[in-house]
Amino acid sequence: MIEIIEKKDIGTITNEMRLEFAAVSDNEAFARMAVAAFITPLNPTLEELSDVKTAVSEAVTNAIIHGYENRGSRENKVCMYCVIRKDVLEVVISDQGCGIENVKRAMEPLYTTRPELERSGMGFAFMEAFMDELQVHSEVGEGTVVRMYKKIGLGSWIDREE
Amino acid sequence: MDEEFKVIDNYLMIRLPNEIDHHKSVDISAKADRYIVSKKVGNVVFDFERTTFMDSSGIGIILGRYKKISCFGGRVYAVNVDSRIRRILLLSGLENIVEIME
Ligand SMILES: Nc1ncnc2c1ncn2[C@@H]1O[C@H](COP(=O)(O)OP(=O)(O)OP(=O)(O)O)[C@@H](O)[C@H]1O
Ligand SMILES: [Mg+2]
Repeated sequence: MIEIIEKKDIGTITNEMRLEFAAVSDNEAFARMAVAAFITPLNPTLEELSDVKTAVSEAVTNAIIHGYENRGSRENKVCMYCVIRKDVLEVVISDQGCGIENVKRAMEPLYTTRPELERSGMGFAFMEAFMDELQVHSEVGEGTVVRMYKKIGLGSWIDREE
Repeated sequence: MDEEFKVIDNYLMIRLPNEIDHHKSVDISAKADRYIVSKKVGNVVFDFERTTFMDSSGIGIILGRYKKISCFGGRVYAVNVDSRIRRILLLSGLENIVEIME
């Protein structure tokens, strides 16, 4: 299903990794730490690191509480695939959960289907604000794929100019 | 580091943990509500001093407490807010709901 979204041709892959983990909330922190460690060689600024961690946290949390309906079952798996092409990070977070009926509406700020779980409908808005590009593909009953891109290491480039 | 709660007069002070995500938020909200009900506090102060990470789950905690206390005239405050947390609060349109103390 991941392959459904057209892959962007933005140069050759310099590094990649794939993680699969149980859809339980302890793994939200694990996924953030893993992506942060993975992009360390790109010399991210603290701001960039924080942006990527927030976006990943949002997508993984959505997979756990919406995709897998907060069941907390180890049987349900979330996949995180990361690619680095030169200085561009691509992160793909996917689940085989319930899917989203109307992706456009789901992405509107403040739209949430789980207000009783104190969700505020800001997850997609944060992914959009903190990453350079966000693509969401979903099929009801099949699952959801969230693909994000961000150029990393602008800070070190500025430092070198000085 | 876990969150810490303290009641001073009519204020519930919540010292938030290092990282605020969905995993942590469920507990923080439940504990806060227990204090709000049992100690009958009217206002809530969120202290972000130790917080280095927050996602939309933090927005849920703040909005949820606001809904509980605002109907009785209570208010929600945020202290020790760095530029990162501030950006997240503003992106969510919370500037009219929480008072950010300098
Ligand atoms: N992986 C997913 N599987 C199924 N539904 C999803 C998934 N991700 C998001 N959604 C749907 O999209 C809606 C909006 O998601 P978004 O992350 O913007 O807000 P939220 O998760 O409801 O609240 P918040 O992220 O602020 O806690 C969700 O309420 C849910 O209905
Ligand atoms: Mg969300």
